[in-house]
Amino acid sequence: MAVRVVTDHVSVETAVVSRRGIAGTIARALTANRKAMAGLVLFGFFLVVAVLAPVIAPYDPHALQFGQMLQPSGAHLLGTTGTGQDIFSQLVFGTRESLLIALAAGLGATVISVVVGVSAAYMGGLWDHVLNLFTDVFLVLPTLPLMIIVGTYLNNRGLLVLVAVIVITGWSYGARQLRSQALSLRNREFLEAARARGERSLYIIVFEVLPNMTSLIVAIFFGAALYAVLAAAGLQFIGLGDPNSLSWGTMLYWAQANGALLAGSPVWVLAPGLCIAALGAAFALINYAFDEIGNPALRPVRRRK
Amino acid sequence: MSYLIRRLEFFFITLWAALTINFILPRIMPGNPAQAMIVRFHGRVSPEAVKAIEVAFGLHSNESIFQQYLEYLRNTLTGNFGTSVTFFPVPVGDVIRQGLPWTLGLVGMATIIAFVLGTLLGMLSAWRRGGFFDAVLPPVFIVISAFPYFWLGLLVLLAFALTLGWFPLGFAYDLTDSINLSWSFAGQVIWHGFLPALTIVVTSIGGWILTMRNTMITTLAEDYVKMARAKGLSPIRIMLMYAGRNAILPNLTGFAMSLGFVISGAILVEIVFNYPGLGFTLLQAVHSEDYALMQTLFLMLTTAVLVAVLAADLLTALLDPRTREQA
Repeated sequence: MAVRVVTDHVSVETAVVSRRGIAGTIARALTANRKAMAGLVLFGFFLVVAVLAPVIAPYDPHALQFGQMLQPSGAHLLGTTGTGQDIFSQLVFGTRESLLIALAAGLGATVISVVVGVSAAYMGGLWDHVLNLFTDVFLVLPTLPLMIIVGTYLNNRGLLVLVAVIVITGWSYGARQLRSQALSLRNREFLEAARARGERSLYIIVFEVLPNMTSLIVAIFFGAALYAVLAAAGLQFIGLGDPNSLSWGTMLYWAQANGALLAGSPVWVLAPGLCIAALGAAFALINYAFDEIGNPALRPVRRRK
Repeated sequence: MSYLIRRLEFFFITLWAALTINFILPRIMPGNPAQAMIVRFHGRVSPEAVKAIEVAFGLHSNESIFQQYLEYLRNTLTGNFGTSVTFFPVPVGDVIRQGLPWTLGLVGMATIIAFVLGTLLGMLSAWRRGGFFDAVLPPVFIVISAFPYFWLGLLVLLAFALTLGWFPLGFAYDLTDSINLSWSFAGQVIWHGFLPALTIVVTSIGGWILTMRNTMITTLAEDYVKMARAKGLSPIRIMLMYAGRNAILPNLTGFAMSLGFVISGAILVEIVFNYPGLGFTLLQAVHSEDYALMQTLFLMLTTAVLVAVLAADLLTALLDPRTREQA
């Protein structure tokens, strides 16, 4: 699981949204950033695989009709599992669930982050203190043991439970970052102006504060998606996912349960893990690129020869 | 002083939150996990154990929920965590006492190595912007930080233990040996711990490198660094004693707070390597639905992280005069 170091490091974007609009600014910044491009290409690749899974996969991923633990060959690109399923087909279809969990949990966690982080900063005073404390408590609690306990109690291995558990344990990091940034925006002139115009708090938060934090919010979404990919893989690996579902984590669970490494089928372990790592890397690269967009000081410098 | 008071408040509130989560979870979960467990273990465990489970989960109890809560708090704070179903009739406290030193040793060593090394590398890569470290390290470690801990553990296991045969396949020492205080035993422990520790270091070091680099970039723009340069101090001295020292400060608390993530990953690494620490115990507890053991493990791991956070806070208060000024 990726270490996410907690700092109060704040980067404030230019307060004035340029004429090109937020989407245009971000699109330009992304295409100009090599890390972001690499991440986007990887992410796009997995999206395409997920959508076109029935076209790409040569076999039914659940079909048990093949020989067991076959080595990779022309017929089975990555060999077969201990119960005779085609690993490549499983990998292709597994993309769907893995991607779905990542995006759904990422979105859920981001929404909670925004609500808690921004309202803490905007309301200030006692509210801020309490919400901030609440965030820090969730930040420090070791999430995996907590997820494991909740998962075992629920004894329901469905997708929704998995996503909910990841959201509950994964929102705090983003909330903290958003709070720091919203705090630094709070006393800016354009917000003073909005208040002087007599706008309501909700209007100010939604139309004045949030648009100025777009790149941070997007970064947080991809950070949360990265967390979700790794958390889901970890939970499924130890058997807390639905063992009959098709996803990369579940594949690793079955590979480990069948002792794939010792039995001489390393591909069964390598392939799904590599996909998890690649999808995670895509999210991590995009996340980091957005940090660079928000904070120009971090951008790579070219040394003069 | 208010800084320390705020940090102590945080320490106790988090501890209380963890305790309360443990109390509430079994009581709000759908179905009745404790009832199911008692049915499952009926006839296999002693009546006293069943009684202990009933008390812990608030079954057949005439007490109000508030009284149950107080009793639970008193039991937990006095170290009475109940009886483990997995290792029946061993008390949960004893089971944990066996695993704790292994986890503390493994995670502690690996984390300290990763922090020191990562901080140094991050410092160097910020110092020479655009240099080798700055160009290579950030992208490499962004990618590595996206690797699942346990999968990297499996890779390392495949490469160095199965294929090359340099290291043992798992466990903390040779099973033919028993725990003793000798040099050969210490050697075994290091030998067996090397691959799990390597896995944790490699996956966690990237976070420290990137954060240190980013804070250091900000620090390097400060006036006192310019002043030091103007005075003609040696670059090494400026890097370590001026910019580096100040960049580490905000990272100290972050370092401790991130331990929760490291522990989460280490649990999975222990499982991959059959390392006899708390993570491995947790897996056994999950398999036999041993709630008392699971919840106490959660409490222990939380406490470990909290103690580390508090230690980092104290250190920050000691090193950073600004924390003492705030009235």
